Amino acid sequence: MKKSYILGIVVIAVAITVIISTAGDASSYVNFEEAKALAASGNDNKIHVVGALKKDDDGSVVGIETGADKQSFSFLMVDQNDKEQKVVFLNTMPQDFLRSEQVVVVGAYHNDAFLADKILMKCPSKYQEQTIEASAGS
Amino acid sequence: MIHYLVGNLGHISVIVAFVASLVATYGYFKSVYADETAKHDWLKFARTAFYVHGVAVIGIVVCLFFIINKHFFEYHYAWSYSSATLPLHYQISTFWNGQEGSFLLWIFWHVVLGSVIINTNKFWEGPVMTIFALVQAFLVSMILGVVPGIELGEFAFSSDIRIGSSPFILLRESLDAPIFKTNPDFIPEDGTGLNPLLQNYWMVIHPPTLFLGFATTIIPFAYCLAGLWIGKYKEWVRPALPWALFSAMILGVGILMGAYWAYETLNFGGYWNWDPVENAVYVPWLVLIAAIHTMISFKKSETALKSSIILVIATFVMILYSTFLTRSGILGDSSVHSFTDLGLSGQLLIYLLAFLFLSAFLAIRVWKKLPSTDEEVSAYSREFWIFIGATTLSLMAFQIIIPTSIPVWNAIVELFGGISNIAPPIDQVEFYSKWQLWFAIILALLSGTGQFFWWKKIDRTKLKDAMMTPVILTLLIAGLVILISNWAQTGYFKAVGELLLLTAGLYSLVANATIFKSVIKTSPKLSGGAVAHIGIALMLLGILFSSGYSKIISLNRTGLVWSNEFPEEVNRDNLLIFQHEPRQMEEYELLYLGKRREVHGFPGFMNESDLRILPDPQFAVARKDIFYKEQLFFQEGDTVKLDGFENTYFEVKYTSNDDEFTLFPRIQMNESMGSVMSPDIDRRLTKDLYTHVRTFPDPEADIEWSPMDSVELRLGDTLYINDFVAVFEDVIRISELDGAPLDPTDVAVKAQINIQGSLDQQYLAEPIYLIRNQLVGRIPSEVDDVAAKITLLNIYPEQGTFEFGIETTQMNWIILEAVEKPLINVLWLGTFLVVVGFLIAINRRYTEFVKMRDKGVEAD
Repeated sequence: MKKSYILGIVVIAVAITVIISTAGDASSYVNFEEAKALAASGNDNKIHVVGALKKDDDGSVVGIETGADKQSFSFLMVDQNDKEQKVVFLNTMPQDFLRSEQVVVVGAYHNDAFLADKILMKCPSKYQEQTIEASAGS
Repeated sequence: MIHYLVGNLGHISVIVAFVASLVATYGYFKSVYADETAKHDWLKFARTAFYVHGVAVIGIVVCLFFIINKHFFEYHYAWSYSSATLPLHYQISTFWNGQEGSFLLWIFWHVVLGSVIINTNKFWEGPVMTIFALVQAFLVSMILGVVPGIELGEFAFSSDIRIGSSPFILLRESLDAPIFKTNPDFIPEDGTGLNPLLQNYWMVIHPPTLFLGFATTIIPFAYCLAGLWIGKYKEWVRPALPWALFSAMILGVGILMGAYWAYETLNFGGYWNWDPVENAVYVPWLVLIAAIHTMISFKKSETALKSSIILVIATFVMILYSTFLTRSGILGDSSVHSFTDLGLSGQLLIYLLAFLFLSAFLAIRVWKKLPSTDEEVSAYSREFWIFIGATTLSLMAFQIIIPTSIPVWNAIVELFGGISNIAPPIDQVEFYSKWQLWFAIILALLSGTGQFFWWKKIDRTKLKDAMMTPVILTLLIAGLVILISNWAQTGYFKAVGELLLLTAGLYSLVANATIFKSVIKTSPKLSGGAVAHIGIALMLLGILFSSGYSKIISLNRTGLVWSNEFPEEVNRDNLLIFQHEPRQMEEYELLYLGKRREVHGFPGFMNESDLRILPDPQFAVARKDIFYKEQLFFQEGDTVKLDGFENTYFEVKYTSNDDEFTLFPRIQMNESMGSVMSPDIDRRLTKDLYTHVRTFPDPEADIEWSPMDSVELRLGDTLYINDFVAVFEDVIRISELDGAPLDPTDVAVKAQINIQGSLDQQYLAEPIYLIRNQLVGRIPSEVDDVAAKITLLNIYPEQGTFEFGIETTQMNWIILEAVEKPLINVLWLGTFLVVVGFLIAINRRYTEFVKMRDKGVEAD
């Protein structure tokens, strides 16, 4: 059974390496404060921050600014510790962005602004979807 | 008026389908334990139940499609995913746009496949269909939409648990909109529309293919469980194998279609992004391929039975797991795809665990009784190498599923009260590629060498002889390719991994071609393996070139910064092109010619400035006579219908010394969903040129006009407008304005100025001068293509002259990115060969199965 033992050991070794590599390359979810601390300490690894768009009392999104070139935009995001932060995204607004109930930004701090490389959104479940306009028809 | 009937019919059909699948499960289950006479009755009973289930499922499909097709927007499904203007083929995409519809598609395929099994395999019908019908019950429960509750007179109690999500729910039941309080019968006039990304012909055919792939994985699984259950530990492999091959082929094609759709429609510049959703279907496919190899190996020598059982079960469980991942909403934080969480995660988890435990139970119960040999496998046997191959495939799958499942690990840790904040790797493409590259090298080497063991018993010397020529040939070709690429200064093959993948891929290609050459002469029916492996080798090479060496050619070499607000890479990798102003890009001269639209009944694209878009954006009026190749298609003033009215195309002409072509990258503007840029691709034999527009002037922004210049002209005079030659051709009295007749007392004329654009393009400016109630009205004419606005200021009849005011603005522009994808056709050719290989293999294995079935070998 020698060969099968060797094979078994190789398989286990590869599997362990896979797990270690996953752990090593994985990013992490942090809040804005931790992200800022990381950036201040010279760590420019990109991280994930989970939060939601800032909304006013009526529930409409506030703080969206479109770049003059239409190529970028920025928005205000509130993380899970209720810290508010301006996030700059150097691309056009993703589909359904304003409808999202939760956003995840992937990126890092550049000075005082959080520069997002990627935006992931969780859209509301269909039973809480946005309401329809009453004026839409008869 | 709300159409209740069709929804009620649909809902009843769902309930009938659910109950009938349970009845069929029971009937088939009973038939397995019944004696000969009772067995016949039970089978007949269960079969009837399954057919009733099938008819009910077709009923659900018909009802749902009817709702979409008739635009019954009182139903949530039609309102969410469709709109009144959606053409028929996209109504089909709408059908499976929602989760309920895609479950329905899956259920439908199971009905079709179940009927095929019933009619082709009498011996296995009972146990196999038990599993089938049970899976159906689980799947139909996903669209049941029932809230278990009790009603006692005035007291109604309903629990929070909802079983399934029905596609037949009314809008007012799903939305808490105030309008429904005042007017419960309110029906919106239009739906929110289909996501523009999904308005693509691939979305009509990719989902059914992928779901057929998903659905077919149940067949080998059901045979395997049935075999374990009734004690036919080995016999299940023969009928399962052709289906496993079929499943792998369809699933593979489905995955590739998705990749191709992404390549054509999305603008990330590639076909594979290692997104969790892609991984979730790729992993089961890898495991299925591993299973097929051990099943084939088992058919020859009986040692690989246990691994076949594990892998076949694992394939189906991975399908369920990927369903859980993609539909439970758990990936919400890690995938760019936005998921709608239907609140079915608990139900999906139960489904997954139920089949995991059921198969584990059946397998463990008889594990000791399974035949296997304790003999050490020789390193010169095919079984050994196939096993290594299957192991590599499984490790490949493992490497993908571990990081993809990071959200699940977090959820598990949190379930036990811990805190886990691991996020997926930032650069997914780089992370997965660096692993999968090495696995691919091993696979290529194995698939080349394994074939030599396949065809004959071989020892050390024979192996050396057989491999000598392919190895030498491979090294020669690889050396040549590297030399040529160095000589051409392509910069390829700098990294060791890439060099090895090239060599291994070529080796697999040469070795399998050698095998193919000898097999095709003697027994062409057996050539499936060689053909499929040639295909895989080509795919690996195609991926190496097209992904590894894709090159951005729209580098900004002008030294200008397009905008300080742009991120650095946009300024570096993109070109700003003004309309009519040629820009050099590598060997091509690029000329942006303006915006184009698609008009119903018109071949090719139409210049947007020849059209005046009406308030209903589906329609436009032709501003002049429109010809195509000198044939008149529309007359001035004709109303035309726009095909895909959300689409605008940018015509970009590429000219090089020996070549000339035009690309039409596209933007889809959808009010409720935002804009989507899609590329256009110039396909060549050796490379694709992929172009997409990054940005263009906002059509709604206010235009800043220059101060007005005024000129006095006579008929026939020539003038310059924004540096273009223009001729003042005519003045015509008009009797109507924008389609509405003028008052008889009004006096109105329009001047016609013909502007000569680049490449023989003519633009017409028609400013209008109107006198009404002794007041003068001037309606200027904006010519977007030359960025000018012309006003007819005054008419001096005594001198016979006309005074025009000319204002100009910045010329139209686009910023585009162009990427070259070398040898991407090798990938598609490889895909095609893999399919051919599978077809040959399916034919062979199915013939074998039929032969044995007709001999009655199955039933002894």
